[in-house]
Parts: sequence; structure tokens; C-alpha cells
Amino acid sequence: MIDTLVETLHVRLRRLLRRLLTRPRIDLPLAAGLFLLACAGLVTLYSAGDADLGLVGGQAARFAMGAALLLLVSRIPPAVLRSWTPWLYLGSTFLLVVVAVLGEGRGAYRWLDLGVMRFQPSELLKLTMPMMVAWYLHPRQLPPGWKDIAVVGLLIAVPAALIAKQPDLGTALLVAAAGGFALFLAGMAWWRIGLLLGAVAAVVPVAWHFLHQYQRDRVLTLLNPESDPLGNGWHIIQSQIAVGSGGVFGKGWQHSTQSRLEFLPEHTTDFIFAVFSEEFGLVGVCALLALYAFIIGRCLWIAMEARDTYSRLLAGAIGMSFFVYVFVNGGMVAGMLPVVGVPMPLVSYGGTSAVSLLTGFGVLMSIHAHRKMHD
Amino acid sequence: MRTVRRSLKDPRGESALFRRRALAGFGLIVLGLLALVGRYVQLQVMRHDEFALRSEANRLKPRAIPPGRGLIYDRNGVLLADNVPAFRLEVVPEQVPDMDAFLREIGSVVPLDQDDIDAFRKQLRQSRRFDSVPLKLRLTEDDIARFAINRWRFPGADVVPYLTRRYPYGPLFAHVIGYVGRIDADDQDKLDPVRYKGTSHIGRSGIERSYEDALHGTPGYELVEVNVDGRTQRVLERHPPAPGRNLYLSIDVRIQRAAEAAFEGRPGAAVAIDPRNGQVLAMVSVPSFDPNLFVNGISHADYTALTTAEDKPLYNRALRGVYPPGSTVKPFLALGGLELGVRRPQDTVLSTGEFCLPNQSRCYRDDKRGGDGTVNMVRAIQLSTNTYFYKLALDMGIDRLSGWMGRFSFGGRTGIDLDGESTGILPSREWKAAHYKQPWFPGETVLTGIGQAYWAVTPLQLAHATAVLAGHGMPYPPRLVMATQAGVDTPRQPLPNPPTGPSLIARPSDWDVINEGMQAVIYGGAGATGRGLGDGFPYRIAGKSGTAERYSRRTEAYDTNKNSAYLAARHRAWFIAYTPAEAPKIAVAVVLEAGAWGGKDAGPIARKILDAWLATQGDQAPKATPLPEQGAIPAPGDVTESPLPEDDLPAVPASGGEPAAAGSTP
Repeated sequence: MIDTLVETLHVRLRRLLRRLLTRPRIDLPLAAGLFLLACAGLVTLYSAGDADLGLVGGQAARFAMGAALLLLVSRIPPAVLRSWTPWLYLGSTFLLVVVAVLGEGRGAYRWLDLGVMRFQPSELLKLTMPMMVAWYLHPRQLPPGWKDIAVVGLLIAVPAALIAKQPDLGTALLVAAAGGFALFLAGMAWWRIGLLLGAVAAVVPVAWHFLHQYQRDRVLTLLNPESDPLGNGWHIIQSQIAVGSGGVFGKGWQHSTQSRLEFLPEHTTDFIFAVFSEEFGLVGVCALLALYAFIIGRCLWIAMEARDTYSRLLAGAIGMSFFVYVFVNGGMVAGMLPVVGVPMPLVSYGGTSAVSLLTGFGVLMSIHAHRKMHD
Repeated sequence: MRTVRRSLKDPRGESALFRRRALAGFGLIVLGLLALVGRYVQLQVMRHDEFALRSEANRLKPRAIPPGRGLIYDRNGVLLADNVPAFRLEVVPEQVPDMDAFLREIGSVVPLDQDDIDAFRKQLRQSRRFDSVPLKLRLTEDDIARFAINRWRFPGADVVPYLTRRYPYGPLFAHVIGYVGRIDADDQDKLDPVRYKGTSHIGRSGIERSYEDALHGTPGYELVEVNVDGRTQRVLERHPPAPGRNLYLSIDVRIQRAAEAAFEGRPGAAVAIDPRNGQVLAMVSVPSFDPNLFVNGISHADYTALTTAEDKPLYNRALRGVYPPGSTVKPFLALGGLELGVRRPQDTVLSTGEFCLPNQSRCYRDDKRGGDGTVNMVRAIQLSTNTYFYKLALDMGIDRLSGWMGRFSFGGRTGIDLDGESTGILPSREWKAAHYKQPWFPGETVLTGIGQAYWAVTPLQLAHATAVLAGHGMPYPPRLVMATQAGVDTPRQPLPNPPTGPSLIARPSDWDVINEGMQAVIYGGAGATGRGLGDGFPYRIAGKSGTAERYSRRTEAYDTNKNSAYLAARHRAWFIAYTPAEAPKIAVAVVLEAGAWGGKDAGPIARKILDAWLATQGDQAPKATPLPEQGAIPAPGDVTESPLPEDDLPAVPASGGEPAAAGSTP
């Protein structure tokens, strides 16, 4: 009796394993890249967080939750995702409006309290935005003309503006970029891109007037960090000292003096890459950036293999927006870009972003599983 | 349509297009990453030596120095809120391996109560491990001495000096100045972290809250040298903070004190305003509480005692208490009648004791059985003749009536410089539609004419309206802070307080009529509800009483019980007044929650406030006491005992059933 039970179980397990290996639902190279990155993140966090195992454990738990969501989402076929897209987009945008209304007159307000947990609706847009743009472009003739570009522009602008108003410039940028990349991948003509970017550049001086004072300060501090010794200027100076003093080979793991002596604020979250750079030096930086490049490249590869326009655009946009995280955070830590709240993906401490990023990769896995078969 | 679009699509071409774009995109990304690497090469290779050196020498940290909070004075420079040095016990969590044992042990040296421990644990969860967290505020000398001896046993704990807020007058200004409280996690999300670095307290209520921005100041910082463990070695450079601005209230502490004393602990509120500029001269809400209790965290026991006390000491009656205004609205209504051209001063009305709406069986009463006879406007104000105002209200109509009253800020905010003002209720068609989804009935207009029918005002609103009236209609918003000051030795900078619009009164002669009516309330002899209140006062006083019922009346019978305590339980007593009548300098409104009659019970409180104001006028006040114009006036002592006119009773709808609001009166 028990023998047969064990036997059936064994057979089933082997069948499952064989299926996973012969036709895996997940893309192993991408999964390996993400796994390596998460490990690098935890190792850095252990050092940056003063060997606080609770901190590392918490982050590992979030990774586990993110991985579970990744696997779950990877089971949903892209066609199903596509049919849900407009609702998901409208729903998440609606939540943004709710936050905007609730947050009236309350300073920076981004969270929605669900009782059991709090979450930022803006985080959802990072995924639903490229989905929506891909959904819209899917049935249309590509490359897109001005009319379609205008519609997509509107789809991007509304939620981005709501997020920027919270105010959360970093997330607004990520969301807008995700939509923009989908448009770029859809083949928007180069001259049109040039024209649009030119127009944006022309609008910058106007937009300056609409920024919050603290946002302007952040840009101005970048030019003259010494002017703000208690706030952002301090971040910038200390972060650069951390990076620069790391040299080519770094000071070694757990030897970052900048974070240990509390010179570097937010050294487990937005500025964790400064600790990484200080401890592992230029070699470490290059290795980590190469890992990021590999992941982005793999995403684009999956996109190229995808079956339809929707899947292609979505997969490509998710991959490319990953780059924005890395570039903005890396630039900020090196004093090249202003201080905005963009984390180093899967390395910075913080749950929401890790979970939402991994969910996005779940979509990629699904697209990969439903790729077109070569004959 | 759909098929047409499909046919236009070219899957193969699109796929190729995407492939090209993906490659181009990847190329751009690699370029971007290379640019990033370039920047890191610049920092880590080319400028490595420079940064390595700075990292080695990085022993300087900026440390915020919180600014001193601005002080608060009364109009004559009497200190009302001050900063005093105190000591607190702070703990750096990182340096304490076992917090429970630590708290047990330190508790045997410095007594800690459960509140201290709860607050500490709460803040502990919210702060970083290397930031020190206060465990006990306001240490006594004994505490400090005992801790000093045992200090070696408690690494990570230290006694730290700080400035704490103190309110020398305690309860007297609790409802005006409010208090400061410790900054908690909720505040931290909203505050500018740079501006509030190192600051532990923030304004929680009253002036402390509404002027937080001015009082707070700008933090400074010092560069301190730290050793390899991160401990401070010495201070190298100091950029002092800019303290907050000092505030001068327009309140005079002497008037404030007299106002509070006049209540003799009976719940109520009084507000006095200078009609010439809107400056508040006194603002009390009785009973009050000691704001000092809140500064360093109030204990559970104290807080429970305050919140469960029957007469609600934490409740700011002057700002938030809403009461039916009763007859105090009559002078305003009369003025509206003149201004809107509905009445001329000489127009008379026959008061028979009962006023009936045409085609309706229901009737409304006068105060006095048989009525006041034929009365003109001045006499109607003096005798508080209901019939006159029933008719006036009907002739104006509810829309014009509430439009006119709205200009005195009834039903809206007066714009005083405090947060949390109640708007009360100004009855109108729109208000009723919004709250009851019912149309407006003419009977309600009648009752509105005597300050009943839903009508509810705050003492502040009524004082403001009285001040606007006294000031010939100039609508100055009430102001508590008259000037600010950058430092002790710098000159005061007056805060401008322009009127919110042109005068409400178009014809000066209209004002004269109301002024005459309100003086008659005090000096009019028999039937005048404020009789005797002007005795021995060098200036002419103008006033108006009001007695509103607290409960709706169920029977039509006149109340025959004349027992004051019984009536006090049923009525709210109002009195408004201003003086000198010819050129008013102070306007007051007083409400006594449990007063039998406006004139008899609230009136003397108003008079005491005016007396206190007079005393502050110094040489400017005339010494001589002008004789009242009419008849023999009883000595002041007699006033409160003097019998009221017979049947001086609240008006009642003759056939009950009209809304909850009820009668009014003298």
C-alpha cells in the first residue's frame, strides 16, 4: 500500500522534473542571473546593515515572496494577461487617484493602507504601464504614426503626472520610461523620437517652475553639494567619498568605513551601491554592471523570441526599464545625477520594489514559456 | 473593421523591426552602462587618492543644533510661554545588549513609571539603533544625582540638557496658546527632516500650532570630530541656529485673568475684541487645564482625568462650542432691516403677546403675557420684543436674512489665527436642504428672527459680530498675534490685519439707531434686560442679553418655576456688550452654559471684563461717573437680585411640533 503510494509519488515527481527540464516554464539563464543578483544583494546588505541578520533575513523573505509571485505569474499565459491589461491599468490608475485624494494636504503621500499591509499603487504602474502600451499597440499597424503616439503619450502622462505629484519623481520617471520603451520598441521612427526629445528638452525650463522646491534643491545641490551640509549635499559628498576611496579592488567585504561610521546616510537602501563600490572597488562595480547587462540582454532575447506583438513589446519594455533603475541609482551614488528615490534593483533593502521587480520577471518567464516554436 | 486592420499588419516585418529595435536598444543600454563605468573609473581610479585621503580624514560630522523656540508674550510684554533648561535621560539602543534587564536596573536608580517605558519602547521601534532615545524627560535633581553615582553601570545611557516649554500662567491661556508635544512617527512623515533635525517638540494646539512655522526657527549645525567608534571628540566649527520669532499676543493678561475669574468656575466662555482692529483682548473657556502636563508627555492617569471630567476642560468652548444665540441676534437683525430697507427706525409694531402667521393656526409668543404694546426699533431692542423680530424676519425672508447674517461670519469661520474653529450653523434654505432634505417653512423664518431654529454660534463668532457692529461695520478678522519679533533686542514688527472688505453699514444713521437701542438695554429703566449693568462705569455701555433654551419645550404652558437653579439647568445665558458707546474700543460676548437669564447671569461677567479693561486704560479713562439718564437705578449689588419682569419667558410656538429649536428671550 505504502509502497505503491511512494512509487506513484516518485513517478509523478520524476515526470514533473523531466517536464521542467525539457520544457521549463522558466528561462534558466535569466533565473540564474536574478539569483546571483539577489545573492550579491544579500551579501552587501549584511555588510551595509552592520551584520544585522534580522535585516538580511527580512530581505531574503521578501525575495522568497517575490520568487513565489514570479512562479505564479509565469503560469499565466500572455494572452490572458493581455485580456486583463486594460482593467489592470485602469484599476492601478484609479488607486493612484484614491491616494491623491486621500493625500490632499498631507505632504508626501504615497501609501495605501489596507489594514494588513501598506502598499504604493505607483509600484503597480511599473508593470501595468508597459502592459497597457503594449496592449494598445498590439492590434495596430506598426511602426506607430502620430495619432497612436499621441494616445500612448496620454496613457503614459496621466499616471506619471499623478505619481510625480505625490511627489515621487523617481517612480514617475521609471513608469514613464517603461511606457516610452514600449513605444521605442514598437518602431517609432527615429526622426519622430528626435523631434519628441527635442520638444521635451525645450519644455524643461518650463517644467522647472512646476517642480517642488525640494526637488529643485536636489538638482541645485548636485551642482554645489557644499551648500547643504545637513541634507542632500551631505549625501552626495559622502557617497562620492565612499565610491572614490574604494579604488580598483575595494576595501574588502565589511570594511566600508563610510557606512560603518555613519557618514553615509541611507546606506542600506538608496545608497547601498556606494557601500558596494567602497568594499568591492571598480572590479566589483564592473562585475555587477555586467550582471545587470546580462539580465537586460536576456530579457531582450526573450522578447525577440516572443510569439506576438504584445508579448514582444512588454518583455522588451520590462527589460529596458531595468536599465533605468541601474543607471539612475548608479549615477546618483556617483554624484552624476540628482538624488531621487530609485533603488538599485534587487540590491537595495526594501520590500515593495523587490517584489514588484520579481513579479515583472514572472511576466517575462510566462512570455518565454509561450514563445514561438522553431520548426 | 477589425479584419481590415489585421490585414494591414505585417507580422514578419514587425518581427524584423522589433529585432532591429531591440538590438539598437541594447546597444544604447550598453553605452549607458559604459558611461556609468566611465564615471566610476573617474572616481575610483583617477580621483582615488583624493577620496582615499578624504575617507581617512573623514572624522568630521555635522550635527544639528535645534533652534530655540520663539517666546510668547501678552500685549504688554508679560511672558506667557517660555523655554526653561531641563535634563533628560537618553539611551543609545545600540550600546545596550539586553534592554529589559537594563530598564529594570536603571528603574531602581531613576524611578520610571509605565508611561515612560511605553513611550520609550514606542520611540525605540521608530528610531535607528545608533540614535539616542529619551527615556525620561524633566529629571529632578535627585534623579540626576543618583544617576551620576551609578553612571558606570549603564553604558549607553546619559543625562542630556535640553530646553523645555513652560507656561507660567498654566490653565489661564491653555485654550489660546495651546501647548507643544513630542514629535511622533506620524509627524516625522510630514515634517521637513532638515528643518526639524534635532528638534523634539512641535506645536500641538492653539497659537503654538497655528504659528508653528514662525515659532520654530532654523536649525544650525556644528562640525564635530568623531573617533573610530563614532564618538564625539570635539566641536570644530559652529554655525548657530536662528531661534524662532517671538510672538506678542493682543491679549492683556489682566483682562484675561478677570474674565476667567468672573466665571467662578461655571462652564462657559468669553471673548473680548477691540473693534478698531480685530485684536482679541481676552479669550477664555472655562474650565481649563494645565498645558504644562502635555509638554513632556501626559501620564495616562492625568489624561483620563481630563477626558472623563464632566465639564470637559479640554473642550475649547470659545472656539468650538456652539450654542443657539437667542436674542443676541436681534440688534444684528434690526441693522439688517435698516440696511436692506425693510424697516425705518420709526416703524412700529403692535406686540400683543402672540404672533400668528396668516392662514396658519400656529402662533408664536412674546416674552411677556399681553406683549409690549406698540414698539419702534429702539424699544424693540431694549425690551427684546419677539413680535417685532418675528415680523421683521418674515418681511426680510430667510434668504436675505441669512445672506445678511453671513456677512458677520455666522455660519462661517471668523478667520481668527487659530486652527479648528467651528462654523456653527446659520439657518438657510440651502443648509436645511443639505442637512434635512426638506424645504424651508415660514415658521422657521419666524423662529430664526429670535436666534432659534437650528441657529448655533460660537462665542468667538458672536464676539466677532459684536466687534464688527461696534466698529461701525468694519469687518476686521479677529487676531490673537499682534506683532512678532526676531530677537529680544529687536523691535517688534506689527502684523497687519486689514479688514476683509468694506464696511457692512452703508448709512451711519442706521448704526446710531442700533447703538441707541443697545444702550437702552442697559439704561432703559423698567423692562431693560441689562438694567444696572452700566452703574458706576465711566463710559456708556451698549449691550444685549440672550437666553436660549437648552431643551425643546413640550408644553405650551408658561413656566411658573422661578427657581434660578432650575432655570439655569434649562437655559444658556448670553450677553454681548461694547463700550464706550460713542466710540467703541472693546466688544465682548459671554456665554454661560448654565445660566438662568442672559442679563442677570452673563451680564455681570461681561461687566467685570469691561471693568478689567477700564483698569488697563490708565490715565485715559475718565474718573467721573456720568449719571444714567433714566430713573433711579439700584446699586450694583442689587442687580443680580432684582426681580425680573413678570412673565419674562422664552417664546414658544403656540402649537408645538415645530423643530427641536425652541423659545428664546430677554
